[in-house]
Amino acid sequence: MKRREFLKKTAVFISGASVSLSALELVDPKEVLAKNPDLRWGFLVNTYKCVGCGMCVKACKIENEIPWDANVTRTWVERYVITKEGKVLADSPKGARDGFTSKLIDRAAEGKELVPDKEIAQAFFVPKLCNHCTLPACVQVCPVGATYSTKDGVVLVDRKWCIGCGYCIMGCPYGVRFFHPVVHTADKCTFCYHRISKGGNTACAQACPFGARRIGNLRDPNDPVAKAVLTERVGILRDEYGTKPNVYYIGLNKEVH
Amino acid sequence: MKGHVWRPLFVVIGLVAAILVFRMFYVPADFGVHDQGYTFGFHRLGNEQEWKQFPEKYKGTEYCNECHDDKVESISKSGHGIIPCEDCHGAAFNHPEDPEKLTVDRSRALCLRCHSELYMPSSQRNDLPGINPKTHNEGMECSECHNPHNPSLEEM
Repeated sequence: MKRREFLKKTAVFISGASVSLSALELVDPKEVLAKNPDLRWGFLVNTYKCVGCGMCVKACKIENEIPWDANVTRTWVERYVITKEGKVLADSPKGARDGFTSKLIDRAAEGKELVPDKEIAQAFFVPKLCNHCTLPACVQVCPVGATYSTKDGVVLVDRKWCIGCGYCIMGCPYGVRFFHPVVHTADKCTFCYHRISKGGNTACAQACPFGARRIGNLRDPNDPVAKAVLTERVGILRDEYGTKPNVYYIGLNKEVH
Repeated sequence: MKGHVWRPLFVVIGLVAAILVFRMFYVPADFGVHDQGYTFGFHRLGNEQEWKQFPEKYKGTEYCNECHDDKVESISKSGHGIIPCEDCHGAAFNHPEDPEKLTVDRSRALCLRCHSELYMPSSQRNDLPGINPKTHNEGMECSECHNPHNPSLEEM
């Protein structure tokens, strides 16, 4: 090879190699359009309004046929008690299926603990459910395409396609997925897809007497949930995971994860 | 090339072909990359429809109002008016056909969900009237004295 030829070929090779792989990726117009549809379901939880009655958990279990006594639930309510010394105690007996009726805080292996009223600095309830993330980690890890995100942003599980490997249950940073003891597949909150797609409310939001839970369309500027998300001081859970959750909380504390 | 090289190669090619044929029949036509792209939208499209057809159990107070409008109207004015009917009366399912009668939850445990006194200073729970279940007429049903449809203590 001549020197001139060598230099020419090297120049071609280097310029070719410097083109990044992403530059060669074909842009799918469907994918681009899907990023901005006119419907994107979102959820708003007001932790000040929640009284921990657990009617949402009960309604969810009945509506979605989740076994009553099995230790699994699509939504649950956590109680946080922060003492004046700064100690954080949290519990959720049976996912708050029967509400919170006792002052005793369930500390698992350490037994039940009673915090005297005068030692309590802050105490509140936090309802939890699937965040229907924009970038759901659980969907990404599914090896068979059994869990997916719909056009309107709801993360669902295909019960016929799921092989029950449990990757998604491990992959969810929020721990909202579980193994359904009857269907034998992964299971999770569907935002009551069968209700909201017919113009209805979710079972949990409908059962809440205090309006602590609300579902709405985040793309509609006149939707009360979208308005609250845009104008009020809302927080999301575990922002650092980069999953872009779509459940927003009013009155979120740093102790809540 | 010798036959002992070709033969296993044919077996492999045959196997791959068999798997591809099986896949063609087994994987439904609507399975593939949909709206949310390959990473988040790789699924069987028909499943979305299946979820939409899941049966509803809770029908909402508006549904109760279609027949029991007198009750809904009077109760909604009481202090318990914010509570959806089905929270205590149970999910409607296909009432009035199936079930013909709903099972009402009159238990003390149901009332205690809200009215057991807890000190929750950062929650609306603190604003609800609460009792200590251990000292307030233990063993009695609340509805023996209180009217759940009109909880006003003056009108007891």
